[in-house]
Amino acid sequence: MENKVTREIFPRDARKSYGLVELMKGSNPIVKKEPEDTVYTWPNLIMIELICALLVTAGLIILVQFVHAPLRSLADPSTTPNPMRAPWYFLGLQELLVYFDPWYAGVVLPGMIIVGLMTFPYVDTNPKGVGYYTFSERKFAIFNYSFGFALWWVTIVIGTYLRGLDWQWYWPWSDHLVHMNPALVTLVPLHIVFVNLLHVSKDVGKALCDLLFFAYFAVGMAIPYFLMRKFYDAMGGARYVVFMIFFLSMMGVGLKIVLRLLFNIKYIVVTPWINV
Amino acid sequence: MLENLKEKLTKSQVFRSIFRHGFPDNDMNRAYVVFSNVFLHVHPVKVRRSALRMRYTFCLGGITLFLFIMLSVTGIWLMFYYTPYTGLAYNNIQDLQFVIFGGNLMRDLHRFAAHGMVLFVWLHMTRVFLTGAYKAPREFNWVVGVLLLVMTLILSWTGYLLPWDQLAYWAVTVGTKMASYTPFIGQNGPWGAQLGFLPTNDIMFMLIGGTVVGQNALIRFYVLHCVVLPLFVTIALAVHFWRIRKDGFSGPL
Ligand code: HEM
Repeated sequence: MENKVTREIFPRDARKSYGLVELMKGSNPIVKKEPEDTVYTWPNLIMIELICALLVTAGLIILVQFVHAPLRSLADPSTTPNPMRAPWYFLGLQELLVYFDPWYAGVVLPGMIIVGLMTFPYVDTNPKGVGYYTFSERKFAIFNYSFGFALWWVTIVIGTYLRGLDWQWYWPWSDHLVHMNPALVTLVPLHIVFVNLLHVSKDVGKALCDLLFFAYFAVGMAIPYFLMRKFYDAMGGARYVVFMIFFLSMMGVGLKIVLRLLFNIKYIVVTPWINV
Repeated sequence: MLENLKEKLTKSQVFRSIFRHGFPDNDMNRAYVVFSNVFLHVHPVKVRRSALRMRYTFCLGGITLFLFIMLSVTGIWLMFYYTPYTGLAYNNIQDLQFVIFGGNLMRDLHRFAAHGMVLFVWLHMTRVFLTGAYKAPREFNWVVGVLLLVMTLILSWTGYLLPWDQLAYWAVTVGTKMASYTPFIGQNGPWGAQLGFLPTNDIMFMLIGGTVVGQNALIRFYVLHCVVLPLFVTIALAVHFWRIRKDGFSGPL
C-alpha cells in the first residue's frame, strides 16, 4: 500500500502507470494488502469470538449465582409503590420530570435525543479521527458526547440513590422512611422572581422571561456565526442550524437543572398552553 | 487410525453435501469455510493481523450480538412456561422460581443478559463514537445503530411488564402515562384536549388498549416483546452487518 515512505523510496512519474507485484511463498494472491499483514478469519478471528462468547456466558452464569431477577407481590392497581422507580435505563428521563413538564421530559426530549443522535454523522464535518482513538483532534465532538451522556448517567445515579419517598431528595444518610416536608421548598416561575426583584408587573415579568428565552437561542445561534467564522463555514447553513438547535437544547437542559436546584425556579417561560 | 477416520468422514458424500469442502486445516479450505457458510460469511475471509488485537472494538458489538442471541434462546425457553394472561402471568413466574427445573437460572440469565445488552449497546456506541467510525461513508450505519439502541431499550421495557408484579405494573403504568402527554395526540399534552383527544381515543389508549394497564396492555406488550421487536432487531442487525461489510470497517480489520 502506498504511504509516505513508499512515495519517498519510489517517487512516481505522473506520465506512467505502475503496478507493483511481489512474489511470495504462500497459497493465494493478495491485492492491495501487505503480504504478511493478513491472517485467515478461520481459525484466528472465529476463535476470539468463541472465547468472547464463552467468557460472557461464564460471567453471566457466575453473576446469577449472586443476584436474582426480582419478583415483588402481585400487581395491584390500588396500591402505588412509593417511590415508583422506572427501570434504571429510563431513570434519567424520570429524573428529568422533576425539572420539566411531562410533555417535554417524557415525550419531546426523548424524541430529540434519538433524532439528535442520528444527526451526528451529518453535522460532524471534521474528517479527522476515523479509525483510531483521539481526543486532541476532535475535542468539541467528544465534549458534546460526554456532556450529553454525563447528564444521562448522573441523572440515573441521582434517580437510583438520591431519590426517596415522593421522589424527594434523600441523602444516603437521611431516614428513608420519613416523608420530607415538601413545604420546605417553594418553586416559583422565573417571572415571579423578576416581579419581586425588579418591582415590575406580572406581565412585564413574563415579557422579560420570554425575551430571555428567545435571547438564549438567538444569541447562542449568533455567537459562533459572528465570532467563530471557521466553525460556521466548515458546516454550512443547514448543518449549523440543525446542530445548534440540538446543542442549545442540550445545554438548556443542564441550565434548567442548575436553575431549579440552586434557585428553585419552576418555569422559565409560562404560556397558556405550555410551560418550559 | 484417527487420521484415516477423519479422511473418510470429511470425504464422505454426507459431509460434502453439508460443508462442500474439507476440514479447514489448509488455506483453501479456511477460505471456503468462511464464504460458503451462511453464518460465517458475515466475516471477510482474511483479516489484518492487527484486527486480532482487541484494543479497537473491545468486542463490544460482538458481545451485544451474543447477548441478543442468548436472550433469544432463554426467552424462547421462558415462553414455554408463560401465559400472557393477567390471571396467570404472575403464577407462571412463581412457578419458574420455585417449581420448574432450571426456571430460576433461565429467568435470571434472561434478566441480566437484558441489562447487559442495554449496557453493552451503549458501550459499543461509545466505542463507535470515539473512533469516529460514524463518519462518511458509514453515516447510515450509525442511524441503523441508533434504531437498534432504541429497539433494545423498548425490548427491555416491554419485557419488564410481563411478570405482572408491582414493579412491572407501576413502571409501565407511569411510563405509558407519558404517552398521554404527547403534544397534539395525547389527552394531557399541549393542544391534545383542544384537538378532541380523550382518555378513550388518544395515543396512550392506542398503546395500552384501554385507559389503564390491563389485559390488553399485557397482550400487546407480550406480542411486541416476543415477536415484533425481536423480528425488527434481527432485520436491523442484518442491515447493520451488511453495511459494515459494504461500507468497509473503519478500524484495522
Ligand atoms: C443491537 C445492537 C447492536 C449490535 C448487536 C451491533 C453489532 C455490531 C458489530 C458486531 C459491529 C462490528 C464491530 C464491533 O464489534 O464493534 C458493529 C459495528 C458498527 N456499529 Fe453496531 N451494533 C449494535 C448497535 C449499534 C449502535 C447503537 C450504534 C450507534 C449508534 C452502532 C453503530 C455501528 C457502526 C457505525 C459500526 C461500524 C463500525 C466501524 O466501521 O468501525 N451499532 N456493530
